[in-house]
Amino acid sequence: MSTLLEVKDLVIKFALRTGEVTATNGVSFTLQKGERLGLVGESGAGKSVTGFSIINLISKPGYIASGEVDFQGENLAKVSDERMRSLRGNRISMIFQDPMMTLNPVLTIGTQMTETLHQHNPGMSQDEARNIALEKLRKVYIPSPEKRLAQFPHEFSGGMRQRIIIAIALLTDPELIIADEPTTALDVTIQAEIMELLMELCETDDMGLILITHDLAVVGQVTQNIAVMYAGSIVEKGATSQVISDPQHPYTQGLIAALPQSSRQGERLNQIPGMMPTLKDIPPGCSFNPRCAHVMDVCKIEVPQLRVGKNGNLVACYLYPLKKEQR
Amino acid sequence: MIAFMIRRITQALIVIIIISIIGFAIKQSVGDPLRELMGISVSMEEREEFREKLGLNDPWYVQYGRFLGNAVKGDLGTSMFYKRPATEVILEKAPATLELVFVSSLIIIFLSVPLGIFSAIKPNSLLSRLLMGGSIVGVSIPVFLTAIMMVYVFSIKLGWLPSYGRGEVVMIGGWGTGLLTVDGWKHIIMPSIALSSIMLPLFIRLIRSEMMEVLESEYIKYAWAKGINKKRVWFVHAFKNTLLPVITVGGVQLGVTIAFTILTETVFQWQGLGFMFMEAVERSDAPLLVAYLMFVGIVMVGVNTIVDMIYGLVNPTVRIAGVK
Ligand SMILES: Nc1ncnc2c1ncn2[C@@H]1O[C@H](COP(=O)(O)OP(=O)(O)O)[C@@H](O)[C@H]1O
Ligand SMILES: [Mg+2]
Repeated sequence: MSTLLEVKDLVIKFALRTGEVTATNGVSFTLQKGERLGLVGESGAGKSVTGFSIINLISKPGYIASGEVDFQGENLAKVSDERMRSLRGNRISMIFQDPMMTLNPVLTIGTQMTETLHQHNPGMSQDEARNIALEKLRKVYIPSPEKRLAQFPHEFSGGMRQRIIIAIALLTDPELIIADEPTTALDVTIQAEIMELLMELCETDDMGLILITHDLAVVGQVTQNIAVMYAGSIVEKGATSQVISDPQHPYTQGLIAALPQSSRQGERLNQIPGMMPTLKDIPPGCSFNPRCAHVMDVCKIEVPQLRVGKNGNLVACYLYPLKKEQR
Repeated sequence: MIAFMIRRITQALIVIIIISIIGFAIKQSVGDPLRELMGISVSMEEREEFREKLGLNDPWYVQYGRFLGNAVKGDLGTSMFYKRPATEVILEKAPATLELVFVSSLIIIFLSVPLGIFSAIKPNSLLSRLLMGGSIVGVSIPVFLTAIMMVYVFSIKLGWLPSYGRGEVVMIGGWGTGLLTVDGWKHIIMPSIALSSIMLPLFIRLIRSEMMEVLESEYIKYAWAKGINKKRVWFVHAFKNTLLPVITVGGVQLGVTIAFTILTETVFQWQGLGFMFMEAVERSDAPLLVAYLMFVGIVMVGVNTIVDMIYGLVNPTVRIAGVK
């Protein structure tokens, strides 16, 4: 196995009129070739900005304040605009959250597919581009793709549009797909279908996947590893099965306990008390400390480093001792 | 698309009928047709007899029916001043106004599109700031002031451009055009700039704000995420979406431009409909006023219908709605 992507100490800030806020505070993770990683956390935790920072496309006024995004020997946080543009949609594809908003309403599906190919392969003929588009549409099970190429986005349902967006992501056979809540906007009935399709495609083509979601149940079926984010930091990382069956961080434990399938029928869901702080009032020390049942004095002073938990998960929590070599 | 067109044309016809009712109402209330036809020496009995003959004692709907029937045939009465059919006078004056509006529209389109796009994609550049500041000033300067300043500088001080009239006009069929001679162009420059100066700032601001909104949308962010180059994102992905609202508003504003020709034509003594309208008001030439109203109304409805159809061509969702 070799490393595909390494994000190191990523700090993303937003330069707001009222002052600067920090959206992610030193996020680090690694992705091997063909690995599928789930980036989990509640809304506002900083998952999307982390995902977009990889292709250097954070919405203004956000920017990468420090840290590295190493992709195949290049630091994407520092490469030129033109170099970054040539990687986007080519070697790193993105799938957005809401398929109803993602496709351009006045351009045909065919145009929106072939333009990507022409952009990244200047010499490619119209026919060749069309054939690749058709091939990818078949891969995502769009019926009669020849006819579909001439149609506009509004002629498709949400589920179909997300399939098309997946097909667009596949056009250039990328090494990495970043999917930001790809099923959140869809009907529950087709969510599993789309997820399965995405997983299958990544598996057969050995593509890396960063799956961003707030839904732990979704990650469980798709990814090998999980990183749990809370208020701009990763609080726990590990193999998906380990994190779900034996969570180490009190926040992850709370998340798992709050899943509907964790409570018995007729019981109230076990919600973590309190709310995630907004960026402006993240407390000193561990950002989870005000809601934590195991809070200690040290938690309110200094941010805990990641350390190895009981089952090998990496956990940012003082409940677990730092090993010597980590000190 | 065909169903959409039929629906749109039906709507246009309804609006035209409403305009004709208004025209008829004005005709009924302004000016007594007998006064135009006979002198004061005619006796009451003769007058009454004449009223009966002309059908002026019929119920209003019979009279309206007759008015509409004549209007369809192109007969909108006789101008009191010109002593000729009002339609004939209108058709003679129309080319001057339509050419003025046409040249102004060209100026508006060819300036507002690039300037609007530029100030949307480079909102912090010096040119954008100047444009935004300038357009506020531009909107608030009245047309006649712009016109008079231009005449002062280019006609009186520099002597480059003529200050009034259409110059050399060439007849092509029934259409007298000033666009085929250098002299005609020299004459149309200042009036068309004056006329476009009202709408130009509005259009630049409209295109800019629509474009900026589109640039914030998810599908533009997605286009960037696909690695599409700047030019294509701006001019294909974003501008095509900007066009839709701009076309709608643009159609309405084009109609309003016709109304503003009254001012511009008066200042430059441009022998078109606006100039004629002012004269007709001064002379209380009721049939000519009604004919003007009907003509301008029909042109506006026609323009708006065409604009809506162009909108239908640009916007794919309209086409589908028409198929259903
Ligand atoms: N355009 C923006 N302007 C200001 N703050 C933003 C913007 N986008 C995101 N944020 C802030 O960054 C934080 C992380 O956002 P995001 O990555 O979208 O969260 P998630 O995807 O985990 O729900 C949020 O607290 C949000 O308030
Ligand atoms: Mg998000």
